[in-house]
Amino acid sequence: MGKPIVNYSKIHKSFGDVDVLKGINLDIKPGEKVALIGPSGSGKTTIIRMLMTLEQPTSGTILVNGENLWQMEKKGQLVPSDDKHLHAIRGDIGMVFQHFNLFPHMTIVENCMLAPALAKKNDKKEVKIQAVEMLEKVGLGDKINLYPAQLSGGQKQRVAMARALMMKPKVMLFDEVTSALDPELVGEVLEVIRDLAKEGEMAMILVTHEMDFALDIADRILFLNEGVIEEEGPPSELLVNPKSERLQDFLARFNKR
Amino acid sequence: MNSIMDISLLLLKGIKITLIVLAVSIVISTLIAFVAGLSRVSSNVLLNKFTGVYVEIFRGTSLIIQLFWFSYALPGLFNIHLGSDIWTAVIAISLNYGAYMSEIVRSSILSVSHGQTEASVALNLTKFQRMRHIIIPQAIRMMLPEYGNYLIQILKATSLVSLIGLTDLLYYGNIYRSTHLSEAPTVYMLILVFYFVLALPLIAFTRKMEVFSKKGVAQE
Repeated sequence: MGKPIVNYSKIHKSFGDVDVLKGINLDIKPGEKVALIGPSGSGKTTIIRMLMTLEQPTSGTILVNGENLWQMEKKGQLVPSDDKHLHAIRGDIGMVFQHFNLFPHMTIVENCMLAPALAKKNDKKEVKIQAVEMLEKVGLGDKINLYPAQLSGGQKQRVAMARALMMKPKVMLFDEVTSALDPELVGEVLEVIRDLAKEGEMAMILVTHEMDFALDIADRILFLNEGVIEEEGPPSELLVNPKSERLQDFLARFNKR
Repeated sequence: MNSIMDISLLLLKGIKITLIVLAVSIVISTLIAFVAGLSRVSSNVLLNKFTGVYVEIFRGTSLIIQLFWFSYALPGLFNIHLGSDIWTAVIAISLNYGAYMSEIVRSSILSVSHGQTEASVALNLTKFQRMRHIIIPQAIRMMLPEYGNYLIQILKATSLVSLIGLTDLLYYGNIYRSTHLSEAPTVYMLILVFYFVLALPLIAFTRKMEVFSKKGVAQE
């Protein structure tokens, strides 16, 4: 599958005295679908937030397309990245949030158009055509002129996905995207993600509590526990025959629910 | 009945000055509020501290004394002349209310949900684009109702300019009263009515903005 599109090496992260991540090494191949599971507080979300540049690692390196995300060269020395450097590299990454974070003062089609229009990817008319297409794809073609407040949670999350897709990221991050939804709305969101996964080209990293879903779409599952990757492997193996005791406990607790 | 007509006609002469001072002060204080408010949330420490000092000085002293300073003390002390008295009045009022209103600008910007910033980063907007398209439009919606309240206060504050010799509404009222002492109640009743009528559009604006601002904001 060639060289990885994302590479984490020896990533540590602490918030104050709390060590959240203790040495993460991870390669994501182009188009690969990876699910991150684990108890809350195990650092799953922090892993993807660092890739989106929302959180800075305490030490270690993250490469995107072979380029160092959090450090840059300046006068022959490695220094922490400035905004410009982060801006240049994170264009390949997209993210969908647990709480949608739609822009409430814009209609949903404007939500989708803003970033590509500002990045001057295309002229405005072309961007609008693409935005409408994208909203149709997530099943909201008849709602393009509504405001986020007029939508259900599931619809909001589908808009958020359409908006992120507009930037054509090579890696899409999903941060517990169904956790804030009413149970009956979870399905419609998972359906969209499933379709995206089938299309294939885009790598996806999903932080999720939906085990069945992870089993269904992921090429690989990582089980995080207390800041380290405790166990990883293809879903059929990892979820059916967990090796470590911690994963066995975690899955047992999950199945009880 | 006749005297009511006489007084009203006289007061109308003063309305022009009141309205000019009001309109120009609104424009300038709004500009100051935005510049100072943005400086207060900027990461530039010097800018931040400097603006902080300005805001506290102008909030912490009274407008009438600031008016006297600009109009009598500064020219004597430093030979600074702020031009005609209208400009003196406008600058004092604008600096005073700009300081107050910068605090609403600052707090509104800070109360836009952090998720909005994160979404902007995820869409790879630059810092400037984020401020311009995401944070400030939402902050403006939040600040509008309080902003409207300040506009009404500025209108009322303009009545102080008669004390540095500007011929506004109150000035003409005082002139009339000084020659017709027994009609003082009528004079001041009419002045109240005049100010109230001037405030009506501002009150309506504020009401409207309260409704408008409830839509389209993501708060923490």
